[in-house]
Amino acid sequence: MTVTAERTSSSESHAATAVACDHCGLPVPTALVEPTAERQFCCGGCEVAYETIRGCGLDAYYAVRDRSADTNQAAKGAGQQYNAYDTDAFLERHAGVTQNGCRSIDLRLEGVHCAACVWLVERLPTIIDGVLDARLSLGSARLRLAWDPQKTGLSQIAQTLDRLGYAPHPARDKSAQSARNHAERTRLIRMAIAGALAGNSMLLAVSLYAGAFEGIDAAHATLFRWISMGIGWLSLAWPGATFFRSAWVACRNRAASLDQPIALALGVGAVAGTVNVIAGRGEIYFDSLSVLVFLLLVGRFLQSRQQRWAAEAVGLTLSMTPDGCRVVRDGRVVEESSEGLNVGDEVVVRPGELFPADGTVLRGASSVDQALLTGESRLVPVEQGGAVYAGSQNVAATLRVSATAVGESTRVGKLVQLVEDGLAEKPPIVRFADRIGGYFVVAVSVIACANFACWATIGGLGGAIESTVALLIVACPCALGLATPLTMAVAIGRGSRQGMLIKSAAVLEKLAGVDPARPATLLLDKTGTLTTGRVTVKRYIGDESLRPWVAAIEVESNHPMARAIGDAFSDGSPSESFPIRDRTESLGFGVAGTIPRGRLLVGSPRFAESHAASIAPGMRSAIEQGHSRGHSVVVVALDEHVVGVVWLSDTIRPGAKGHLDRLRTSGWTPAILSGDADPPVQRVAAALAVPRDAAWASVTPEGKLERVHAATSNDGSRPVMMVGDGVNDAAALAAADIGVAVHGGVEASLTAADVYFTSPGISKLNDLIRLARATMRTTRRNFAISLTYNAAAVTLAAMGWVTPLVAAVIMPLSSLSVLVSAAAFSQNRGAADPSPNPES
Amino acid sequence: MSVIYVMAPAALLLAAAAVAAFIWATRDGQYDDTETPAHRILFDDPVDHQDDVDRETRE
Repeated sequence: MTVTAERTSSSESHAATAVACDHCGLPVPTALVEPTAERQFCCGGCEVAYETIRGCGLDAYYAVRDRSADTNQAAKGAGQQYNAYDTDAFLERHAGVTQNGCRSIDLRLEGVHCAACVWLVERLPTIIDGVLDARLSLGSARLRLAWDPQKTGLSQIAQTLDRLGYAPHPARDKSAQSARNHAERTRLIRMAIAGALAGNSMLLAVSLYAGAFEGIDAAHATLFRWISMGIGWLSLAWPGATFFRSAWVACRNRAASLDQPIALALGVGAVAGTVNVIAGRGEIYFDSLSVLVFLLLVGRFLQSRQQRWAAEAVGLTLSMTPDGCRVVRDGRVVEESSEGLNVGDEVVVRPGELFPADGTVLRGASSVDQALLTGESRLVPVEQGGAVYAGSQNVAATLRVSATAVGESTRVGKLVQLVEDGLAEKPPIVRFADRIGGYFVVAVSVIACANFACWATIGGLGGAIESTVALLIVACPCALGLATPLTMAVAIGRGSRQGMLIKSAAVLEKLAGVDPARPATLLLDKTGTLTTGRVTVKRYIGDESLRPWVAAIEVESNHPMARAIGDAFSDGSPSESFPIRDRTESLGFGVAGTIPRGRLLVGSPRFAESHAASIAPGMRSAIEQGHSRGHSVVVVALDEHVVGVVWLSDTIRPGAKGHLDRLRTSGWTPAILSGDADPPVQRVAAALAVPRDAAWASVTPEGKLERVHAATSNDGSRPVMMVGDGVNDAAALAAADIGVAVHGGVEASLTAADVYFTSPGISKLNDLIRLARATMRTTRRNFAISLTYNAAAVTLAAMGWVTPLVAAVIMPLSSLSVLVSAAAFSQNRGAADPSPNPES
Repeated sequence: MSVIYVMAPAALLLAAAAVAAFIWATRDGQYDDTETPAHRILFDDPVDHQDDVDRETRE
């Protein structure tokens, strides 16, 4: 039976059985297949979603889904009541009032993955009377909802969304979202203006070039030249100002930037062009300059657009503290929004709920899951007077808690502050292109001076100025300036299609810099990253005939270990056939009850001892062995004799070892940073071949931050990558050179991280590194192409052979070839990387 | 060919009008989400009062 439990936790063995879920189409785990049922579902969420969709007469969803979805996703509602959504405090804070007295709100939905989701969610007005409008944005999973508060409550809408499999959350990042929108609109407008100016400038340039060959009225030529100059200056002063500004900022910070040579070329070209227009002779350059500005802005716009999706995804995460809570007001328990809590308030927290504030327990005893804060996979028992923390989960029984800290002064709030500090301190990565830009300025300046001196001595001042100006303009690294952001945009787009959301392209360069010759440190969180974060039964030693009874007595418990044992030991027969009398549970410790064969007790060894159970030497050694191997141990006692021992532990993710081995060959030295106790950490370390001294246990969030600081300052040339998921990793993620958050993480860790994986575990790390290397290869190739063109053009200019025609051919040709190279990158990747991670 | 002195500025004005229209559309938020509308138009049976309500809520 133990085998059954393991089978449900690994995804590989499904393939053989292949019963597809009627809702999501994913394979149904063998344990859940009901041969008699008409419909098969892979999880409760899918069943509820299916019933809801059928109940609302929206069967057409499945047709739309089959047309538009390329991936399957199980429905995962949170199963909450969302009562807090109707409170005034909540509506006050998150919702707005429309003109006709209705209300509107922005919600972020979980589980939105294809166009059919848009179809389904936008059918809300037909499902619930009172919903006026529902608009879902697919990329950001943001739902704009308008409803009539007279007809329906927001909680009812939220419940329906949840039942459909889209757990809603209020969009907390409203200000950040509008800032992003504003920034992107500005960029788009700037690009459009530059485009219009460049287009008009080109029209004039064509007339002028044609005139140069065919003949043109001198007055008309003068007119065109003046208009060209006006357009050129407008282009430089309005959209083009961004290059001068950023070059100036870089100069002031004594940093190199690719914008410096660009600004130099633009500036020199504009001055020389103006002089020539006023003097009425020579080249005017303005057509090239305005096209240059436009192309550069196009590249940058595309890159920022791609990065934006990653930022959007970060907003879509579970909030760390609950939206609503139950507060005692004047002796009555009322539901309120968590934001209205004050220090000293008495809060009622039921099993399964999150604590809304830090506090001390007034009444009740329970066990608490603090994994969010500590990464600790085991439950912590709490009693009256014990401390609980906001964001941790109450597991066993209802607690009354007096709030001692709320909002930002809670421990979670302080951790978020640490994240922000860490991000502020993080040194920016010097981009490859910017580094090159620095050399570029120096090299071009030297060549220009030499050229000027040479021409001045041979051909006189006039020729010297003319050829030097031409040289400075053709030396502009415009192809590189265009190709670098384009390559990055393609890379980020590729990444997001593979489930890797990259917030900043700079990390790709940092990642690509690591190979066996230049090793780097990889710090890994254990719970949730290397392991599944869920305990399962590893071994049962003892009386086999007791199994169904143990399952029957454990199945009613809420404790994760009890549930794991219940799942593993149950043989599928209904629990009524195993009647248990006098069942008593000691929360967090164990459970006892009477069965026909005697008094059965299942719980921790200490619980058994306190009930005067005797432990035979064989059983005692099984207990000790289990402990020393890093398992949690539960004993089964019958009539005060221990007759069975169960080993439970967190399961290491399938394929983790293989992924880690491949990372080692790429030059990464893995180490484990865990908040968990030493034996389980060492067990995982041993299974993954991480040396004992590189596996740190019982590390606090602050301790993780220190370790990262130590690793980064130890040797600045050795990059540090941190991979984690919890809030306890967030500060460390922010401080590391490269922070990677894995699926299941919370908002703080995603804000802190540079890259976010949409699938759990470290399976995508190798893909990320491969992507980074491919990106940098393409960037270098583009650089080589661009440099070749520049070198050729500079040589021609130095010879004095750059005629308008040559310049007009060279510039687009270089840009075009670099663009082709950047686009070829995307095709190469697709061909060379058919199946990124076959084993997981 | 003196007509060129009228035509060139007129062409520029036309371009300026196009740019102004684009700026208005952008500020109106019409380019904020370029992905969903492409799918939405393919759905068979749009909710009939969608557009009216939409106009109302935007205002």
